[in-house]
Amino acid sequence: MTRVFLLMLGSLATVVFAAFILVAVPRVALPEAPANPTLPPVEPAESPLQPYTAEQWRGREVYVENGCFYCHSQQVRDPIISNDVDRGWGRPSYPSDYIYDSPALLGTQRTGPDLINVGVRLPDPSWHLVHLYQPRALVPWSIMPAYPYLFEVKEDGATAEEAVKTPANLLPAGQKLVATADAKALVAYLLSLKRDFPPPELKVEREKLRAKGQKK
Amino acid sequence: MTTLDTSSSPMELRKVAAQADESVKQFVLGTFIIGLIWLIIGTLLGDIASFKLHWPNLLTSSPAMTFGRVRPVHLNTLIYGWASNVMFGISLWLMARLVRTPGRWIPSAWTGTLIWNLGLLAGVMGLFFGDTDGMEWLELRRTYADLPMIVGAAFIAASVWRTLGARQVHHLYVSVWYLAASFLWFPFIFIVGNYASQRGVENAAVNWFYAHNALGLWMTTVSLGAIYYLLPKILGRPIYSYWLSLLGFWGLAFFYSLNGMHHLIGGPLPSWMITTSIVASVMMVIPVLSVAVNHHMTMVGRFSALRYSPTLTFIVLGAMSYTGVSLQGVMQSVVEVNRVTHFTHWTVGHAHMGVYSFLTFILFGVMYYVSPRLLNREWPSAALIRWHFWLVLVGVFLYVFGLAYGGVMQGLALNATEKPFSESVAAVLPWLWVRSLAALLLTAGHFIFAYHFYLLLKSSPAKEELSPWHEISPLVVDLSGGRIESKGATV
Repeated sequence: MTRVFLLMLGSLATVVFAAFILVAVPRVALPEAPANPTLPPVEPAESPLQPYTAEQWRGREVYVENGCFYCHSQQVRDPIISNDVDRGWGRPSYPSDYIYDSPALLGTQRTGPDLINVGVRLPDPSWHLVHLYQPRALVPWSIMPAYPYLFEVKEDGATAEEAVKTPANLLPAGQKLVATADAKALVAYLLSLKRDFPPPELKVEREKLRAKGQKK
Repeated sequence: MTTLDTSSSPMELRKVAAQADESVKQFVLGTFIIGLIWLIIGTLLGDIASFKLHWPNLLTSSPAMTFGRVRPVHLNTLIYGWASNVMFGISLWLMARLVRTPGRWIPSAWTGTLIWNLGLLAGVMGLFFGDTDGMEWLELRRTYADLPMIVGAAFIAASVWRTLGARQVHHLYVSVWYLAASFLWFPFIFIVGNYASQRGVENAAVNWFYAHNALGLWMTTVSLGAIYYLLPKILGRPIYSYWLSLLGFWGLAFFYSLNGMHHLIGGPLPSWMITTSIVASVMMVIPVLSVAVNHHMTMVGRFSALRYSPTLTFIVLGAMSYTGVSLQGVMQSVVEVNRVTHFTHWTVGHAHMGVYSFLTFILFGVMYYVSPRLLNREWPSAALIRWHFWLVLVGVFLYVFGLAYGGVMQGLALNATEKPFSESVAAVLPWLWVRSLAALLLTAGHFIFAYHFYLLLKSSPAKEELSPWHEISPLVVDLSGGRIESKGATV
């Protein structure tokens, strides 16, 4: 090659082509998400998925800030290629399951289990709080980091309702575990992770088919 | 335009190369020093992240040191701090040499590097405080970190392209294609990755469009440019085939850029997107084998030269790793393999084969070649080079094969529905220990290399005659039977 202009034009063309296919086209093809995650979606309006509350959204921020998504995925793959459904992680995921998510946290590792339906599987908030404080208190084989900085250990003065119910031997006698607002928000977010309704995409598809049948 | 060509005398060419070297000397050495500082920081953080996976109670009291923050800091310091800085330096050096003119707009390149590193430093500090964009490879905040980095890259690109514009050659050598295009591709994908979409599954698609191309259209391409220059330079033998170079370059540009969605196989994206990426991934066989055959046919019959040149050793191993990691990538994109390896530590091993035994080996090789020529003195110690080489070679071998095996065991346990999840953790845990051991070997190698570089900078210019390998123009050596006596560390 001897011409710089052609070299640069050709190089630019390849990457623009790829961005067109994988970035621009999907922008049109995928369900549109609202700019403000606490507003209802524009499309598909059929989704029973609820927007995050302020506390759940803060919990999601805590999840991102502490990099939970490096070890936990949030997607159930197609049963044709995986056993995710058989593992009890829920129904296969659809694009509309993520309309409020920014950033998307689909994940690339399963050092820990998938969490897209953890709110269905583990609905007890105090389980989550103890597990965050010391995962191995509840799951002996776990290699999840402990998050003591999301909690305060108080000598006394903590009223019974404030303190987290802990298993015996977790803390020395006379000490109580108190969750910070961030810890409570994180648990609120985890409990909100439920995709147990029928995917709206299938409903829309079915209605389209029915409309076609009536025309005939 | 007075262009130099094959009819120019060797003395003339040598003078031009020396002028090109002199013009970029301080900039290149500057990027090497900055890169090495980031290398040491990033390596130590990688060690901590690795230890944390088998010692989950290690350093848990401070949020800054939690696994989910140390891991992205490790990645970002090494990709944008170590690799990218060294790549800035060698790009300008290669460009000046290949178009046979002194580097242009060096102050622009310096300014760019300064802005880039300030942005990176701010971004990394942010990550320790949990301020992240939450996308892999794009964690640095798109406001105060990525924006300056884009501006910085543009300043450096201006210098590289201005040098190309002032070329004194008619024909553009294959390395020039890779370098000129890389500085176009990187800012483009970095801007798309950061600003195209931040919501829903589109965000995941944009994330992997960027992250895969950061490897494919930035780190891979600059490294290939370096291999194409140094391999024939050191061997004193031209590249085997011009047409294979062309096929390799355009094949990579076209297919690599479409690969990203294979990170989301089976995921909640339209299947046509994922299928497109699987097809493009398999098509990567064409450019990869073109480059592999081209390099191998240049090298064949000259393997004994590896004994005399650590640069050549690192470059050849790096080039082989490129073939290896690319074919591994092709394999992983096939659904039947992906369903085992996806979501496991196999992927981490694969990434390190790409970024370490390919990219970092090439960078080590180039630094071993360039530094003594810019400073006009030889590396002080052959023993330190050997220590560095063997530590990182054994380290990365353990790393990649350990996690490949452990990852498959983890994946098979995950796919066996009757086995509880805990078995997948138990299956990979011993291999996470192996990885920590490997990480310690790599760390030791990096400290030795950084120390040796410091010794080189500190030493005084050569008084005695340098070895023949030091010459700027290639040396045609007959290795068919004759031995070459070398004294000291030859590069």
